[in-house]
Amino acid sequence: MSILLNKDSKVLVQGITGRSGLFHTQQCRDYGARIVAGVTPGKGGVHIEGIPVFNTVEEAVHYTGANVSMIFVPPPAAADAILEAADAGLELAVCITEGIPVRDMVLARRILDGKKMRLVGPNCPGVITPGACKVGIMPGYIHMPGKIGVVSRSGTLTYEAVKQLTEVGLGQSTCVGIGGDPIIGMKFIDVLALFNEDPKTEAVFMIGEIGGGAEEEAARWIRDNMKKPVAAFIAGVTAPPGRRMGHAGAIITGGKGRAEDKIRVLTECGVHVAPSPTRMGATMLAALQK
Amino acid sequence: MNIHEYQAKEILSAFGIPVPRGRVALTSDQVERAAKEMGGRCVVKAQIYAGGRGKGGGVKLVHHPEQAQELAKELFGRKLVTPQTGPEGLRVRRILVEEAVEIAREFYLSITLDRESSRYCLIASAEGGVEIEEVAQKSPEKIHVLSIDPFTGLRPYQARKIALALGLKGSVCEDCVELILNLYRACLEKDCFLVEINPLVVTKTGWLMAMDAKINFDDNAMFRHREYPDMLDYSQLDTLEINAGKYDLSYIKLQGNIGCMVNGAGLAMATLDVLHEFGGEPANFLDVGGGATREKVAEAFKIILQDGDVKGVFVNIFGGIMRCDVIAQGIIEAAGEVHCTLPIVVRMDGSKVEEGKQLLLESGLNVQIGENLGDGAERIVKMLG
Repeated sequence: MSILLNKDSKVLVQGITGRSGLFHTQQCRDYGARIVAGVTPGKGGVHIEGIPVFNTVEEAVHYTGANVSMIFVPPPAAADAILEAADAGLELAVCITEGIPVRDMVLARRILDGKKMRLVGPNCPGVITPGACKVGIMPGYIHMPGKIGVVSRSGTLTYEAVKQLTEVGLGQSTCVGIGGDPIIGMKFIDVLALFNEDPKTEAVFMIGEIGGGAEEEAARWIRDNMKKPVAAFIAGVTAPPGRRMGHAGAIITGGKGRAEDKIRVLTECGVHVAPSPTRMGATMLAALQK
Repeated sequence: MNIHEYQAKEILSAFGIPVPRGRVALTSDQVERAAKEMGGRCVVKAQIYAGGRGKGGGVKLVHHPEQAQELAKELFGRKLVTPQTGPEGLRVRRILVEEAVEIAREFYLSITLDRESSRYCLIASAEGGVEIEEVAQKSPEKIHVLSIDPFTGLRPYQARKIALALGLKGSVCEDCVELILNLYRACLEKDCFLVEINPLVVTKTGWLMAMDAKINFDDNAMFRHREYPDMLDYSQLDTLEINAGKYDLSYIKLQGNIGCMVNGAGLAMATLDVLHEFGGEPANFLDVGGGATREKVAEAFKIILQDGDVKGVFVNIFGGIMRCDVIAQGIIEAAGEVHCTLPIVVRMDGSKVEEGKQLLLESGLNVQIGENLGDGAERIVKMLG
């Protein structure tokens, strides 16, 4: 078991004919993901790298039985691509696209309420169940199958965390990058709830950043519901206030969203917080031994 | 993306929201003429990309055109420091001259994105003209928040509830309903993160008016708004930040002496944190994005070296799928081009990492390899110590 993805997941790629869409499709397939279809409007009927391409998601699902979508569609059409995936009855869409306007995402997110499809992202590294399936742009080689669930708002910092976990001998059940945008699909709590019920996951590592209140919200949920040990790291302890640190997500405004506050709340709620980004793996190990 | 107050007011005005009569001036002579046009008694407002201008002396009521001109001369000549600009301040290049309005009451009104509900929300308070964060902390009951369902949009009855909660009555209340609906329309059509009127006032003659306005555009929606880049006032931005923007890099100036090149915002912040841990002070922060390319790395490196405070460079790239030998080539190329002799520490991860390290060590640059995040940070701090 694992969450969201397993070796039987059948993946279609929306925007497969774009440069990065195709590159990452190949990378995912090399890792072992079952890529069954591609979707690019106007290019239906061709094969690319042996993968059949369809005009619509609905068609692709009908002919291939795909249940997961990986989205590389450019920003102006990306929100529409998400909704198309939901309408076609997929279980999961992982949207890698960076730069979708907030107004589009507010509406898309609202339409997803009440639909069964889960959305991860946008602007995220994706989801990987090590040794089984990869739907995203993360480097596969740093991962190792195991018992730690990883959930993160960051991209490359997640790779750093995963590498440290692997180095201390802790493999991962599933790693989920939820993305750093203001409007996202699954939030920390949604992923934590799945890890809580997953028999394969024994503990969780969570990576947060300054800005917003999602980490505090997650901390309280962990205190009230989580049956497994949780360790965390919050980036941005030394970030200057009021500046946008490269992401739409990471900004401190009006004294809200500071790292110290997040660390305090997490600690109060029983989460083991890594004191330094060099000690993420070690902190997870310590949390397991308690 | 930020814009000036006068530009925000132009937008609000186009959406039917009343603003004071005003003129933008680029010289003190123009300020004098504008002041005459307003009848002598007027408000002189320095236009910079930061709030708190009143406290910094950037907003003043003057009584005759000569006084306006004197004040303008003083403002144009210096950098305005406010609680929000940082100690360096921002240079004043444009001044807004507005008619003086007799104010009866002041309110706060804004529409902004609420991450928690994934919707826009309307925020209103009868405590206008002050720092809304302070009001929110001290007396949260004075703040009215309304979450907007994107399906229905903002409805007149909802806007009316807000107007009534602000204590407005009769025709002013109905004017406020219309103003709130127009504000929401502006927010959506212009793709804003934030539209804020603070203060929104009722004049002594009983009219609503936006006395100050702030708009923050969603950069991601730029493709729908070709006019936005032209609205940008480059004098308000750091030149290196502008250069970085051209290459889609994100650059932030800091106070120390270590230049930092990292890919990804989260990893970049973690890199600053770990440098501090080892006693180092970052001079800047350059995020080359999750998928760094050779060109981006080279441009980023050159931008970092243009910062005179930089005495050493720490590169932390978790390339993942990106090949490390390609990143190394980018660094060597850029460092060679600008004859860089400063100490450099490179920590890379990703495919072909050994080849990348080899290239760097054979390059003749003053470079060391960091084996991991902690080792890299420790090395650069020691090399500078």
